[in-house]
Amino acid sequence: MFGIYLKRELSRRKKAALVIAMGLALGIALVITVNSVSAGMQQAQGKVLKSLYGLGTDMTVTKARTAPTSSSSGRPKFDFDAKSDSSTTQSSDRVMTQGGQSLKSSLVTEVAAQKGVASAVGALSLNVTKVDGSFTQGKAKSSTSNSGQQGGPGGQNGGGSTGAPQVQGGGASFDVNSYSVAGVDVTHQDLGPLATSKITTGKTFTAAQTSAKVAVLSKSYAKQNKYTVGKTFKISGTKYTVIGIATPDSSESTTDVYLPLKQAQTLGDAKNKVTTIYVKATDSKQIATVKATIQKNISGTTVTTSADLADTVSGSLSTASNLATSVGKWLSIAVLIAAFLVAALLTSSAVSRRVREFGTLKALGWPSRKVTRQVVGESIVNGLLGGVLGIALGLGAAYTVTAISPKLTAELGSTGGGGGMGGGPGGGGPGQQAASAAKNTIDIALTAPVSVTTIALAAGLAITGGLIAGAMGGWRASRMRPADALRSVS
Amino acid sequence: MYKLTGVTKRYTRGKETVEALRGVDLTIEDGDQLVIQGPTGGGKSTLLQMIGGLDRPTSGSVELDGVDLASISEAKLTRLRAEKIGIIFQSFNLIPTLTAQENVETALVPLGVKPAERRERAAEALRSVGLGERLTHVPTELSGGQQQRVAIARALVKKPKVLLADEPTGNLDEGTRDDIVGLLEGLWHEYGLTFIMVTHDSSIARRAPRLATIKAGQISLTEQGGARRATPGPSAQAPEQQQYAQQFGAAQGY
Repeated sequence: MFGIYLKRELSRRKKAALVIAMGLALGIALVITVNSVSAGMQQAQGKVLKSLYGLGTDMTVTKARTAPTSSSSGRPKFDFDAKSDSSTTQSSDRVMTQGGQSLKSSLVTEVAAQKGVASAVGALSLNVTKVDGSFTQGKAKSSTSNSGQQGGPGGQNGGGSTGAPQVQGGGASFDVNSYSVAGVDVTHQDLGPLATSKITTGKTFTAAQTSAKVAVLSKSYAKQNKYTVGKTFKISGTKYTVIGIATPDSSESTTDVYLPLKQAQTLGDAKNKVTTIYVKATDSKQIATVKATIQKNISGTTVTTSADLADTVSGSLSTASNLATSVGKWLSIAVLIAAFLVAALLTSSAVSRRVREFGTLKALGWPSRKVTRQVVGESIVNGLLGGVLGIALGLGAAYTVTAISPKLTAELGSTGGGGGMGGGPGGGGPGQQAASAAKNTIDIALTAPVSVTTIALAAGLAITGGLIAGAMGGWRASRMRPADALRSVS
Repeated sequence: MYKLTGVTKRYTRGKETVEALRGVDLTIEDGDQLVIQGPTGGGKSTLLQMIGGLDRPTSGSVELDGVDLASISEAKLTRLRAEKIGIIFQSFNLIPTLTAQENVETALVPLGVKPAERRERAAEALRSVGLGERLTHVPTELSGGQQQRVAIARALVKKPKVLLADEPTGNLDEGTRDDIVGLLEGLWHEYGLTFIMVTHDSSIARRAPRLATIKAGQISLTEQGGARRATPGPSAQAPEQQQYAQQFGAAQGY
């Protein structure tokens, strides 16, 4: 009788059942969406951190940041001679270590020797600013004699009086390109900047190529400059042969050119120096301890773990993440409570409308528990219906977010006053290397993965909602006296 | 046997206290038929609720076979209603979503009768009130008279000792009213039920052997002649009524 009665009542009161179910469904859908977007945010942050670290990297060691001095302002200098022949093109590369901060290579061995460290690999991050163009002399001319004199650039008027020489012609036309270079320890490529990329064309460095003039290019850089495997290119006059094209595991990698570490050190005039030491701990649970050990034993260094990096993520990714975890969480709780209340009130109201029905059953000798069970049963089915609808809506919303993949920007390191970031060599415009080194901007697409746990949570909430509504309705029904029920209709 | 002693019932409506029954004393023997009549608000339905164990008096006692319905626990009272008292309502009070057969089954649910037996007994009860062809019809597919027959089958399917009817013909036309009254009287007469009916219809009240009139919460009894007590066996009922009674009786094993 319970099942038949329940089925008939629900099919008779489809509209009311649907209203209750939809209320619960909205709350549940919101919970699923917020949960999945939060999971997406975490994944995005994870990707950002992974792109900076590389696979298997637990922490990085960089030089502790010091106040810049006048001699190490970090600004590149370019020397050009003005030529009389405008067709003469000049080119100048300026290579700088990223952030102007470097560590002695010997520290890599020291770090590797620390307790809890499984392996340590050094890498050098450089920024190359290439300026190509022509710089032509202007010609000084007198209005009376017309005799040519050399003047300064810009073709300015030499003076205001009649007969004074005037500079005509001359000028400059330059292209400025900047790209990043990473010096890789070719003997330990499983850790370090190249660990997050796959060689998709050609091959990677061999262990023997410690001093070879060979390079691996990122896919995007190679495409942009039309470099292919086997071709050569120059940095500061040194010719390198492209041996492989690397595709990063995530789109966040910012290194354009990978060179053997020694070549990078020569290029950056940083012999026996590295900018970042990549560290793998023996036990991933002991990272904090290892960090403390390194900082204690090796002075002048900053150790950055993924947890530290996560704190420095800012930009729209951080804002969205904060929104999802704070506003989204509270919003979904508020909507869920509202949905529960609406379901409870509607169920209670439905019970009030069924006074005659329940009064009759009690008059026939139905105990209160049987009447209550009927009401609770109907509410649980409503809740489950709401759960199914909510899960469908939530999955739809999560799928839509994933399909749209809104782009979020993560800014890293802007708040890190204590040291350099994990060594992700970022590009930067001329004269902005220091700023770029401190602030690494990464675009990342947001997804909204729905886990089984989230679905289970939704199902649990649906049943809870049904139980709350049923408890309220059942309580009203159980307090109903048959005489009151019959009196109200007779 | 019912024995009501000094039954008083007061209701509070806002700041006003209404005394629906004022010290009612009444004895109803097993197998008696009693019709309760009176003006609207006189207390007749309240008296029926006391007798049916649907409500408790403010003071006084309502004894059924020596058990005071006013003082037993709610659980025992509920059980007693389920086992001994069949109730018929003016508005039929059928569950609108259930079929005629399922509505009749609801009376057997609290007795713990197994589903298969429940279905069988409900079908038999409906056949005995002439609704054998309407088992799967929901109330909206039945006429007023047919709905009241379903309600009668529901009241009697559990083989009660007492049959209470609260204005059972109030919502029926004259022809159907006579059918239903005839059916109820036939069932009472044939099978020895204690039958108590509330009505405001004087033509029905005149047919009863014993009439209780309630005014302002006070009762007065009138013996009107005729057989006061049911005597099981065929009687001088109309052939159609006899047929229902015979079918019903066979089904119920009376």
